[in-house]
Amino acid sequence: MPRNNTLKKILVIGSGPIVIGQAAEFDYAGTQACQALKEEGFEVVLINSNPATIMTDTNMADKVYIEPISLEFVTQIIRQERPDGLLPTLGGQTGLNMAVELARAGVLERENVKLLGTQLSAIEQAEDRDLFRNLMRELDQPVPDSVIVTSVAEAIDFSEQIGFPFIVRPAYTLGGTGGGIVATLEELKDIVASGIRYSPIGQCLVEKSIAGMKEVEYEVMRDANDNCIVVCNMENFDPVGVHTGDSIVVAPSQTLSDREYQMLRAASLKIIRALNIEGGCNVQFALDPHSFQYYVIEVNPRVSRSSALASKATGYPIAKMAAKIAIGFTLDELVNPVTGQTYACFEPTLDYIVTKIPRWPFDKFTSANRKLGTQMKATGEIMAIGRTFEESLHKAVRSLEIGVHRLHLKDAQRLDDETLQARLIKPDDERLFLIAEAYRRGYSLQQLQDLTNVDWWFLRKVEGIIKFEAILGSGELTLDLLYEAKRKGFTDRSIAEVRRFANDTQNFITEADVRAFRLANNLKPVFKMVDTCSSEFEASTPYYYSSYEIENEVIPSTKEKVIVLGSGPIRIGQGIEFDYSTVHAVWAIQAAGYEAVIINNNPETVSTDFNTSDRLYFEPLFLEDVLNVIEQENPIGVIVQFGGQTAINLAAPLQAAGVRILGSDLESIDTAEDRKKFEALLRKLEVAQPLGFTVTNVADAVGIATKLGYPVLVRPSYVLGGRAMEIVYSDDELLSYMEYAVTINPEHPVLIDRYMLGKEVEVDAICDGVTVLVPGIMEHVERAGVHSGDSIAVYPPQTISEDMKQQIVDITTKLALGLNVIGLLNIQFVIYKDEIYVIEVNPRASRTVPFLSKITKIPMANVATRIILGQSLKSLGYEGGLWPEDDFVSVKVPVFSFAKLRRVEPTLGPEMKSTGEVMGRDRQFAKALYKGLIGAGMKIPPAGTMIATISDKDKDEAMDILKGFHQLGYKIMATGGTATMLTEAGLFVTTVNKLSEGTPNILDMIRTGEAHIVINTMSKGKTPERDGFRIRREAVENGIVCMTSLDTARALLEMLRTINFSSVPMPEFRTDHMQKSI
Amino acid sequence: MKAILLLEDGTIFTGKGFGAKTDSVGEIVFNTSMTGYQEVLSDPSYCGQIVTMTYPLIGNYGITRDDFESVRPYIHGFVVREHEEVPSNWRAEYSIDELLKEYGIPGISEIDTRMLTRILRHHGTMKGIISTSGKSVEQLQKILAESPLLTDQVERVSTKSVFGCPGNKERVVLVDYGSKSGILRDLTSRGCDVVVVPQDTTADQIRRLCPDGILLSNGPGDPKSVPHAVAMIRELLGEVPIFGICLGHQLFALACDADTSKLKFGHRGGNHPVKDLATNRCYITSQNHGYTVDEDSVQGTELLVTHINNNDRTIEGLKHQRFPAFSVQYHPEASPGPYDSSYLFDEFLQLISNWKMANPVQPKQAQFTEKALKAVDNTRGEVTYAQK
Ligand SMILES: Nc1ncnc2c1ncn2[C@@H]1O[C@H](COP(=O)(O)OP(=O)(O)O)[C@@H](O)[C@H]1O
Ligand SMILES: Nc1ncnc2c1ncn2[C@@H]1O[C@H](COP(=O)(O)OP(=O)(O)O)[C@@H](O)[C@H]1O
Ligand SMILES: [Mg+2]
Ligand SMILES: [Mg+2]
Repeated sequence: MPRNNTLKKILVIGSGPIVIGQAAEFDYAGTQACQALKEEGFEVVLINSNPATIMTDTNMADKVYIEPISLEFVTQIIRQERPDGLLPTLGGQTGLNMAVELARAGVLERENVKLLGTQLSAIEQAEDRDLFRNLMRELDQPVPDSVIVTSVAEAIDFSEQIGFPFIVRPAYTLGGTGGGIVATLEELKDIVASGIRYSPIGQCLVEKSIAGMKEVEYEVMRDANDNCIVVCNMENFDPVGVHTGDSIVVAPSQTLSDREYQMLRAASLKIIRALNIEGGCNVQFALDPHSFQYYVIEVNPRVSRSSALASKATGYPIAKMAAKIAIGFTLDELVNPVTGQTYACFEPTLDYIVTKIPRWPFDKFTSANRKLGTQMKATGEIMAIGRTFEESLHKAVRSLEIGVHRLHLKDAQRLDDETLQARLIKPDDERLFLIAEAYRRGYSLQQLQDLTNVDWWFLRKVEGIIKFEAILGSGELTLDLLYEAKRKGFTDRSIAEVRRFANDTQNFITEADVRAFRLANNLKPVFKMVDTCSSEFEASTPYYYSSYEIENEVIPSTKEKVIVLGSGPIRIGQGIEFDYSTVHAVWAIQAAGYEAVIINNNPETVSTDFNTSDRLYFEPLFLEDVLNVIEQENPIGVIVQFGGQTAINLAAPLQAAGVRILGSDLESIDTAEDRKKFEALLRKLEVAQPLGFTVTNVADAVGIATKLGYPVLVRPSYVLGGRAMEIVYSDDELLSYMEYAVTINPEHPVLIDRYMLGKEVEVDAICDGVTVLVPGIMEHVERAGVHSGDSIAVYPPQTISEDMKQQIVDITTKLALGLNVIGLLNIQFVIYKDEIYVIEVNPRASRTVPFLSKITKIPMANVATRIILGQSLKSLGYEGGLWPEDDFVSVKVPVFSFAKLRRVEPTLGPEMKSTGEVMGRDRQFAKALYKGLIGAGMKIPPAGTMIATISDKDKDEAMDILKGFHQLGYKIMATGGTATMLTEAGLFVTTVNKLSEGTPNILDMIRTGEAHIVINTMSKGKTPERDGFRIRREAVENGIVCMTSLDTARALLEMLRTINFSSVPMPEFRTDHMQKSI
Repeated sequence: MKAILLLEDGTIFTGKGFGAKTDSVGEIVFNTSMTGYQEVLSDPSYCGQIVTMTYPLIGNYGITRDDFESVRPYIHGFVVREHEEVPSNWRAEYSIDELLKEYGIPGISEIDTRMLTRILRHHGTMKGIISTSGKSVEQLQKILAESPLLTDQVERVSTKSVFGCPGNKERVVLVDYGSKSGILRDLTSRGCDVVVVPQDTTADQIRRLCPDGILLSNGPGDPKSVPHAVAMIRELLGEVPIFGICLGHQLFALACDADTSKLKFGHRGGNHPVKDLATNRCYITSQNHGYTVDEDSVQGTELLVTHINNNDRTIEGLKHQRFPAFSVQYHPEASPGPYDSSYLFDEFLQLISNWKMANPVQPKQAQFTEKALKAVDNTRGEVTYAQK
């Protein structure tokens, strides 16, 4: 069936901000979909609130709307654009739910917009747990015993019938928000209650636990002609009970016989047919390891995280094909883009093994509950490809960037046996490494099987690796042994470490030695192609992975090449923004006439779509792997400034290995990152910086702090990633920090800076060595002290004087030139008492590049790349200085995933905590902010009840803010102190109990939904802190607005003031004229 | 144990031996199924071939009697990137290594199977020899040169005697050219009364079994090396409904005066798209064949092309325009591979019942009496006494 010609204009809904459970995979899917639709000559209208995406670039769709994905705004866009069709299945759960909402509200019918691909009925049947179970029964597909409950009482009844344990899953939520496994009555009450709250339709499924079975997923596609295929099946290393998004996953399945494979395949097809899905679909199964018994866990009637993984694992572009199917094409007539000669109606077959490992945010959130369960906690993931499981697994492990390059955790030895076993039974993010540790302690395979329920095969492979390490470590390193190690995916570094730990007097105990020995014997990997068909057909996909085999399939090209390093897995602090820049860099390199080569390991992203670059190497961003690719390609150089800290950190070792770094060189990077060098530079350039010192013992620390005057900002100088950075207000806070948060000694100095309680400002700039272009200045709503990534950023600045801006531009120019930046740089300033201080300079692409690029229309990464390749700003038509400001106001609002991370402190501070961002854009600040906040998912009632718990230091400042809300008609609720203070100030306040004062207290107000907004600025280090923490947690877990910075509150107030009508009483007559009163 | 795989074109792969310690010559082919290595091993159609699995990890879930596709494997050698000694699956009974040992089949692992596959794709399937016995390359070259490929595979793998699998529905004579058990399973599970006969059974012998239908099984090698089968089919065409699978399909085509030829490297795997030209529906099928029916040779015959391969457009299904007979090149019995096409067995049974409807059984009493009368014989029995 060819293209459906009744359609002309199609609306695509994106997935909004990056949150846990919904990450970059939907930028990849959306981008592919838009391209596919345009390819077919449709007019594409796109809505997505997330500016950090490639899909929201104006060249991706005919019209791009970066607006909140809410009924209000999408409806407006539909009215404005009058599309014929709506493609709801590529925007994740957000897009799907939005489509449902639009349909239910009758918008689609009224504006006669056709749902493409999957019909409403299918969405409802798959998403509504009750309808789903009924359908499964009709198809006689087994599902675990369960009931749908809308109250805790019903759940208790059920528990009495079937007994514990069981699991709770809310309807219409993603990443299993609010769900969990329940073993006791207490847990039941707790989790069911929260589940019901999180479900938009107040509905939960309470289901018999089938934890411990094998978890297997199938990615299925179907077209209007009822042709069905399975693109890929995947087996989870972690048995059922750990969310697939939090599980180590391999493709294809490893322990299923053909009978089992086909049984589940047949079931998947039966289901997708019954749902009448036209496009892609994901089916999750639990398979009993001791029989043919299986259960259907769930079906996602849309492209998903797993389908992105499946696409990268097989080379089969699911989202692209899904889009084409949605507009009428059938699989048998769509060409398989990988081979170019066969068709999309076939099932990919792999001749390698793929391993995915999630990336969790626990390095940032040390206090978080690390246990893995039915609720997803990972922020991102990495994928690795190898010809052996060992190779694949080792590549995966070193792609994680958690300071590990083999199955060995430094501190694991320290664990006592009980702890070790407990953590093997109740899995957390480190289980894989703990299994390895257990083997090192002599645990048997049987023991580990009993403890973990992980399949024998996987456990045995791990055991094999540990046993091999023993051989590798002892005695002579023969060439054969080295070869075997390489075939098992060991890096030179790992081999050296294994030998060093075994006996540091033998030879080959340094990476350099092993490497030298290996190269001397010309032992190098070859590169194999990912071609969807195990080389049965000629393919020309420029998609490669390395392996220690015989035949190399890369055909060396004669053109000049540039390698771009990607940014690896998505994590807090390094998100999709960096993939955005990477992709733009690639396009610029190609436009400049070179071949662009990408190295990256994140399966979710656009950069790892093999269509993006001339050659994609799906490899760890680990020195040895990167060098292998460089040797294969021998490029004119490598660009590191777009791949975030991941790529930057590789600059030094690469240069040491004789690789040319293009753009800002190691010197600039080093000067910016080395505190001493940086201070020296600032002194030379006469640029101010918050006063700060390095201390190596507690006494000095206290001394310095008093000298600088509290509050001060403290951070260890050595911790990578999540550095325990804090603002401390007093000696005892400082002391407790020194005691608990860091170790301090000459090897581990601590940095103490004066905390400048001022306005934070951020700029991104491009420098070609002569001219410095400043595309824009962003003003933060929250004062310095709230991480730049977590504060609301406004462009153009609203409260900064022209003269101040000029100074900022001058300093930026000085710094850019002073650092010899070639390409991008990012600077954060704090303006304190009308003085400008530099907080930090990053000589690389920053988080704000996509945001600024989109609003200033300067393709910053692209321009930077051309400059890196030798062009000048002038030659590209750009002047130095500040780019003329836009007359629209754009606001970047951070989005957090606190609800998914139990025990994490929601208070904003100098450590970044947000997972994503949205953009709000309009003619006035207030409107832009409103859009931003709505886009970020805040539910702001025009009036309602506000709970205020204010720390003493903030009380005065809080006063007029609370007054303001009061005038808007907000009811204020407060505890003791705050309450009296406000009453005295003449506000009407209802006093509520502190937690200590018994129920009903603040928490109940939040739980029962009586409160709509919480302002909480409880300071740390004191007892109320625990209360404050519980209040904040309760708020985020109940999805109500929780502000921990008065600046945010003030901005919200301003906004509400402008968008609400106010009612003011008439002024009274002058009394002296009114002698006679009536 | 060191092992060598030597190709006709001189390429030498050195790897690790497993299975039996011996040398074995065969036609090297590759199969792209990611699961089902056991069904592949035990599929008689591979008789005389050295099979390479493109999926690198083979043996993970072990071997279980349930999944055999015939009583024993007939392959001449097995080539994998890595074989698993310690299988993990609740049904696993022993390892792939033990299986190969038991049947004297050599295996080689730890070689670049993707490279081998690419060689075969470029040059087509070729002769080769696996050695796990430690012979020198020179010796192997000699053996390879001296040993021709088999031409009598069908004879080797077919049953030597007739046997029945009783059922109380249609009687289907399954002509065993190297039939996979799956075919039998699909027939008996539908209640058929199956009689399995040797590959050289004549039309008359089959007539005597009064079949409601005849199923021509899959089997190894070149259809032209079993001419007697072609003759048998030609004779029974139009008399009894016929369904041909794989080799059976090729024999059926030859019997209808179409021609067959060898493909460069054949179709072997579980992911081949086949298009039903009547409905335009595409099915993912399980395939294993090196020969195919020539498209142009069908012109002018009474055959109708019903299915084609959606990738290389080769013929996948045929139907006789006058007689109740059809055939497919792929495997509706799956194992290994998708079950999507098992409906073809139902179509076969449907064809049979339609045929019966159209040609009701004639009671034969009249014939018997007539025959009896014709054959009057006046010999009488009597008693006499012999002379003493
Ligand atoms: N009945 C059950 N018993 C135990 N674990 C389960 C059960 N159902 C689901 N799970 C686990 O919970 C995870 C999430 O469930 P799922 O229905 O897939 O929710 P989501 O929509 O978040 O993916 C699954 O990956 C599985 O590991
Ligand atoms: N001296 C200071 N005074 C006030 N706030 C500061 C100071 N130093 C850092 N901060 C705050 O901490 C945040 C993070 O500090 P920064 O050095 O930028 O770390 P990162 O490398 O994580 O961006 C900044 O965005 C700013 O809000
Ligand atoms: Mg799921
Ligand atoms: Mg910063």
